[in-house]
Amino acid sequence: MNSTPLKMVVIVAEPVLETRLVTELRGLGAKGFSIVEGRGEGTRHAHATDLPGSNVRIETIVREDVADRIMEHVSQHYFANYSFIAYVTDVAVARGEKYI
Amino acid sequence: MNEILRVNLLSPIALAFVLGVVARVIRSEFSLPKEIYQGLSIYLLWSLGLHGGVELAHATFAEIARPAGVTLLIGCITPISAYLTLRYLGRFGEADSAGIAAHYGSVSAVTFIAASTFVKGMGAEPEGFMPTLLTLLESPGIHIALAIGVMRRGQKSRPTSELLHEVLTGRTMVLLVGGLIVGFLIGDKNWKVIEPFYDTKGAIFRGALCIFMLEMGLLAGARLGDLKKVGPFLLAFGMIMPLVHGALGAWLGSLAGLSVGGATMLGAMAASASYIAAPPAVRMTLPDANPTYYLTLALAITFPFNVLVGIPIYYKLALMAHGVA
Repeated sequence: MNSTPLKMVVIVAEPVLETRLVTELRGLGAKGFSIVEGRGEGTRHAHATDLPGSNVRIETIVREDVADRIMEHVSQHYFANYSFIAYVTDVAVARGEKYI
Repeated sequence: MNEILRVNLLSPIALAFVLGVVARVIRSEFSLPKEIYQGLSIYLLWSLGLHGGVELAHATFAEIARPAGVTLLIGCITPISAYLTLRYLGRFGEADSAGIAAHYGSVSAVTFIAASTFVKGMGAEPEGFMPTLLTLLESPGIHIALAIGVMRRGQKSRPTSELLHEVLTGRTMVLLVGGLIVGFLIGDKNWKVIEPFYDTKGAIFRGALCIFMLEMGLLAGARLGDLKKVGPFLLAFGMIMPLVHGALGAWLGSLAGLSVGGATMLGAMAASASYIAAPPAVRMTLPDANPTYYLTLALAITFPFNVLVGIPIYYKLALMAHGVA
């Protein structure tokens, strides 16, 4: 089966940011996303994520330029003050046209 | 006073809270499933709204106007007094001062319920419209404190509409305000049918509150380790600020014509710090305010202080304001 090489941006963030991030991802060109809740701890320890709710992990499969825009945007707006992880991986997807 | 304190400390609510703290301290595997915790909080808030709405239908505008006025006044004073104390006495930064002030300006519904159970146990029946006052106090304090923080730092704020939407459509507000309206509309006949389940003086409600308090104890216990991080000023602030606000609430409530029970509850509301509505609002609007400060203060210091010691003190102050003690 033909597969299309694309990028997957993965964001792990505090639950309060979910709604805002989803709106921004759409605005930056993402066609869709998946969200799962989870637990974890990082350099800021548990404090910020002790707010009601669990961490959210948001995954979105996008074109490379959109992935760059997303990484640029989140690094400007969130890294300084929030518990936040963002990374990009290569993926090969079926039905690539759905994502671009 | 000692007798009142003793009665309160040996109440099932207080002891359930203490057991929760102990369970966390000894690292017990006990925890309340999240769904049960959320289910109970929905039940408690919804009951509070419904029952309050039924009682509200019995109140006249003249009865409620002055208490509502002082409640709004308290909602404006407490965030400012908390902010000024932190900023100028505690020398905290703008973000931390305003962030903590938002918590103290808003109100803790569980403290309200604990106060309600306490005064009813003391035989001082509060006014039926107290849940209406609770909803009035929920939101102004958060907005005032966040507005101070945003203006003083000259930062670009989130749109006010977004913040308003977030605070006014939160779980607490929907269940409380919705419950008040539904309770107001259903009339006594319909209320009688569901009263055994939703009666906030009844066994089911109080039993549910005890389970909920176990979880509150666990949450507070989990933050005990952070007490070292907040330092002596905030430790003292977490107990003295509630006393000042509680005294103000009990006194103003009495002046506005509330009974001893009602004035005690207004005191407890003024003294309490929100830990449901305020934290996410602060996290989003003042992201550089340290969450360890405001969460530890609200959950591990002020909440237990009010539930164990503060409420009986506000009761005593309300008695004094009424010239009874």
